[in-house]
Amino acid sequence: MTGVDLAFWFFGTLAVVTSVLVITNRNPVASVLFLVIAFFSLAALFVTLHSHFLAAIQVLVYAGAIMVLFLFVVMLLNLGQPQWFDVQARPLVIVAAALGAAFVGLLWKGGLLEWTPTVTGPAAGVPEDVLGSVEAIGSALYTVYYLPFIATALLLLIAMVGAVVIARRER
Amino acid sequence: MTLAVGPGHYLFLSAILFTIGTVGVLTRRNAIIIFMSIEIMLNAANLAFVTFAAAIGDLAGFVMVLLVIAVAAAEAAVGLAIIVAMFRHRQTVDVGAFNVMRG
Repeated sequence: MTGVDLAFWFFGTLAVVTSVLVITNRNPVASVLFLVIAFFSLAALFVTLHSHFLAAIQVLVYAGAIMVLFLFVVMLLNLGQPQWFDVQARPLVIVAAALGAAFVGLLWKGGLLEWTPTVTGPAAGVPEDVLGSVEAIGSALYTVYYLPFIATALLLLIAMVGAVVIARRER
Repeated sequence: MTLAVGPGHYLFLSAILFTIGTVGVLTRRNAIIIFMSIEIMLNAANLAFVTFAAAIGDLAGFVMVLLVIAVAAAEAAVGLAIIVAMFRHRQTVDVGAFNVMRG
């Protein structure tokens, strides 16, 4: 077992445990903080896949910006305590958990763990740490994928205007 | 079961996280927690994208993750604005209380 494998098991377990805590915890503030830990461990998993740039973006945008937004709304609406309506009726919870466990079990039985690539992409020969570098992603983003990139910029503008319009107090 | 890790392990982890997110959406009634479960699902999809991109050697997966993160940021901003607006109307974030489309 190499260090990368060890990192996978550690951060993978951490991500699963904290994600379960997010959906089972009744205190929204605790949920947000567990979700931050889950996002950090996913960033670490990105590093084990040699995509350092995406790991940095994950920490900056997800663990930084988005989770601060969540925490801000939780505190703005004063939802720091458990609410009476928090969880659905018990039969529904049991059914949902059972279905989820069955789905994961099915994938386990189906041999997802042994999956190996059968096709090769256009950048197949490139060394792993070059593949996920800022340079490679940047040049792909500004040449081949420039249209989706511009569309994303437009989407962010629209979302910004939309959020302001929706949350504005009506007069 | 061996401890050596391959792409399949990452995909399985991604599936587990996606399932946790789905169960969260189905079992919680607090709109903010449901929203966080959706973020978990988006992250699981991101992990699958990065795994495939690294495994078969295709930059499209990395670019896709970048776009998904941007979309998630936009979605979080608009979604939380909607939650704030709904809270202003009903004084609650219980999704069971939001049963009319009329403002």
